[in-house]
Amino acid sequence: MSDTTVEPSATPEPDVVVPAGYDDGQDHIGLPHHTTTGLSNTKLAMWLFLGSECLLFGGLISTYMLYRNRQGDAIGPDQLWDIPFTSATSFILLMSSLTMVLAVSAAKRKDERGTRLWLTVTALLGGLFLAGQVYEFTVFYREGLGYTTSLFSSSFYTLTGFHGVHVAVGIIMLLSLVGMLAKGRILGDKAETVEMVGLYWHFVDVVWIVIFTLVYLIPA
Amino acid sequence: MSIDHDTPTPGMADSTEVVSQVEHDDLYAHEISDKNYIVIALILAVLTALEVAATEVDGLGSFLIPALLIMMAIKFFIVVSYFMHLKHDAALFKFGFYIGLAGAVVLYSVMLTTFHFFID
Repeated sequence: MSDTTVEPSATPEPDVVVPAGYDDGQDHIGLPHHTTTGLSNTKLAMWLFLGSECLLFGGLISTYMLYRNRQGDAIGPDQLWDIPFTSATSFILLMSSLTMVLAVSAAKRKDERGTRLWLTVTALLGGLFLAGQVYEFTVFYREGLGYTTSLFSSSFYTLTGFHGVHVAVGIIMLLSLVGMLAKGRILGDKAETVEMVGLYWHFVDVVWIVIFTLVYLIPA
Repeated sequence: MSIDHDTPTPGMADSTEVVSQVEHDDLYAHEISDKNYIVIALILAVLTALEVAATEVDGLGSFLIPALLIMMAIKFFIVVSYFMHLKHDAALFKFGFYIGLAGAVVLYSVMLTTFHFFID
């Protein structure tokens, strides 16, 4: 049996940067690996998750649309909505999508300070939106709209409450990411990790775009 | 909407990876600059202002709801296409998201039709 030397497997050039979401041919500790699709499994899982979230929010929005005129003698949407206030909170959430995309952009440039800054600003804007929603719920409750007051109130609080919980989870994800980046606890592709949180955050914004129009702007 | 592109060109010495290089360059060709992200956000803000203004204008009548739905759809697809980069992303990612979205639209349209939502 002759001696054979095993050629070491080719490793990617160190200066090659693969965009987030595309398989860089390495796992998180630098060993070569391949996915069957050539795409990032993490990103594929995130898109599938967001696709399934469309079904969740579709159900909640449809239920609200069916029940929005079912308030009986109780207070209804026309007496409650404060469109200028809700427009302002919608604008804040929309701008948080801009700061999120700037964080992803900074992460791709390997600008860690910029990434942490924009992620923090995004979390603050999200917190501001959430504070607005809590204020709005408080005003509605004081005006007599409890969770069980009518079919309208139940479906409204369920829909907007579910969205609010998604925003809260997003803020926790953003702040955790800032902390992990600061402590260097993210192994592997940092830009992809930031992009995954970004996809979730943009989805929360996209859902609010639909809720704002269907719930607040279209007359009941 | 014209979009400036940042096009970094990282080197790749191995000639056997020509296909990967082409795909790689193609992906970078669709990177959007920060300036254009701000322009897109301004477009979204203007559309939101137009939506709110439309509800205040008397005389739109039966055009109000279609106008609001069209502006909502434009905002939705701008965020998904540019902020979430789905426009220039892999087909499998698009499939994963749009199959869920299309499924939701079809399923709940049927549900709402069953409950005579569009008639009453």
